[in-house]
Amino acid sequence: MSEELNYRHAIARALADEMDYDDRVILIGEDVGAAGGAFKSTDGLYERFGPARVRDTPISEQAIVGAATGAAIMGLRPVAEIMFADFAGVCFDQIANQLAKYRYMTGGQVSVPVTIRMTNGAGAGFAAQHSQGTENWFLNIPGLKIAVPGTVPDLYGLLRSAIRDPDPVLVFEHKALFAIKGTIPGGTSLVPLGTADVVREGGDVTIVAAQQMRHRAVEAAAELAREGIEATVIDPRTLVPFDDDTVIDSLRVTSRLAVVQEAPADGSWGASLISRMTTSNFELFDAPPLLIAADATPVPYAGSLEAAWLPSTDRITAEVRKQVRY
Amino acid sequence: MPEQTEDIVATAAGHEPATLADGVPGDAEHLLRSMLRIRFFEDEVREMFTAGLVRGSTHLCQGQEAVAVGVCGALRPGDTMTCTYRGHGAVLAMGAPLDRAFGELLGKAGGLCRGKGGSMHFTDVSVGAIGSNAIVGGHLPVTVGAALAAQHLGTGAVSVAFLGDGATNIGAFHESLNLAAIWRLPAVFVIENNHYGEYSPLASTTPVRQLAVRAASYAIPGVGVDGNDVVAVRSVAHEAVRRARDGDGPTLIEADTYRQQGHSRSDPGAYRPPGELEAWLARDPILRVEQALAEAGRITKAGLDALRGEVAAEVAGASSAARGWPEPAPESLREDVYA
Repeated sequence: MSEELNYRHAIARALADEMDYDDRVILIGEDVGAAGGAFKSTDGLYERFGPARVRDTPISEQAIVGAATGAAIMGLRPVAEIMFADFAGVCFDQIANQLAKYRYMTGGQVSVPVTIRMTNGAGAGFAAQHSQGTENWFLNIPGLKIAVPGTVPDLYGLLRSAIRDPDPVLVFEHKALFAIKGTIPGGTSLVPLGTADVVREGGDVTIVAAQQMRHRAVEAAAELAREGIEATVIDPRTLVPFDDDTVIDSLRVTSRLAVVQEAPADGSWGASLISRMTTSNFELFDAPPLLIAADATPVPYAGSLEAAWLPSTDRITAEVRKQVRY
Repeated sequence: MPEQTEDIVATAAGHEPATLADGVPGDAEHLLRSMLRIRFFEDEVREMFTAGLVRGSTHLCQGQEAVAVGVCGALRPGDTMTCTYRGHGAVLAMGAPLDRAFGELLGKAGGLCRGKGGSMHFTDVSVGAIGSNAIVGGHLPVTVGAALAAQHLGTGAVSVAFLGDGATNIGAFHESLNLAAIWRLPAVFVIENNHYGEYSPLASTTPVRQLAVRAASYAIPGVGVDGNDVVAVRSVAHEAVRRARDGDGPTLIEADTYRQQGHSRSDPGAYRPPGELEAWLARDPILRVEQALAEAGRITKAGLDALRGEVAAEVAGASSAARGWPEPAPESLREDVYA
């Protein structure tokens, strides 16, 4: 039986359903328990599962991630919460050097089934240290998987898949999407890691975008359709592993690729995707690929500045229109 | 620099005989054998390194054997141990096989970590040695996690971490002890205070002389022990492990010891004051327990020679075997990144 929820409630629902499914699943993080989460995304879990499985921690991101890692090695399936993705900076060693490398350094002696949930995303005036999409920081660290859900069913299904996955998965929950609504289909509704979603099909251009930018890409595609330009919109849903095949299949039809991302261009998933596509499938392109990215600045505070920083629907529409007419 | 009045040579001047009994099963002869195994292993590593058989660097633990053997001697199967990049001794003290340890150093497919880790990442999960870490203090949060799993699953296991004196100045140390204390986790943190953080003497980096006092910040016991007295170390560790197992929470142990070989193989130790090394060599943990056993009439010169010969042959055999093993197949490069 399907059910309508918002993005925030889908987090708590996915966590509760996995905790019901597997009693090795525990939650740890700052205010995840008695307070129900800084974003109320773990509301009700403490009351339902108790303090041994829903553990409030001190403000200690290194200890949170490291404790999850050690507990995972010894048989639990911890879900750690880093309240804002920017705070990953204070536990970068634990994610990059410990969690990600543990299996490899030990020659495969251990699995490290840790899920780290972090909120990312600009648009709400949280300024430079509470808004960044830090998912790109982790692209160059083999051993991690990265999920970037942009809809309610994707968030629900990817989070459950992440918790069941034998490897570390970083799940980014976008702050600007917390109020969006969606429907979770019946059953377990898992969304496999590494499977893109074709949101919309059109023959003129392939637009790849995730989370907030996915929604703006869909709006831009509707605008372009009024002008007779038909876009395919692909939401990758996970950045690692990345579903290249779905993008290639679409490029065979459209011959044009535009990537929209809420981050500067250098060292980003969009730049990597374009690199992979052009180096291995150059013959498919009829126009230069387009990377619609944020400016290379920290996320600004003022409404006018933040709006200028984020790729807007109008900018996506204009740049794709120009690309199609190339 | 904060004032620190007592110097290290003064600490080393004490020359009391090693303890031989603490009421815990396992005699001093057994602990001596374990220390000799580590000593001879490290001697062989030095040879291998000099011969160009070891890649990168390696950090030897000669002089610190009593800490590893004493603490691991207080553990039981199912307990877990994490350690530093100077961790050969601790991993061997948990029971990792000598040949596979040599194999890892030599980058062999049959090494403990299939040649993926090397000297600084010796791991043998099957004996509870769940990781050697090359980020100072980086393993301490992981140790807390192992203790969390033990508490949550009710296994009764204890999670032990070795750390250097320098690690007590990194943030992960504070976060780890704080979290372990607040959750009363079954963890034991053992500082191997060898008085140098790489090349810097402790006094130049640390405003307290006794690191065990840092336990007070977390309202847990902080215990100092002569780290070159193997039975004394075991005794202190045994009490900390008992507390942890009984649900009384973590303990911070500071074992006073000395690294006889410098920081890494590229370190000639020029920063040591004259006489310091000699003073510590005179209270070598192996020498001291051998002397105490001889004085107690528990071992003869011939018996000691036989024991040393046996262990030396065991180490030589393991080295020889590992040297003959194949290197990892290039195809294994991409294995073990993901499950």
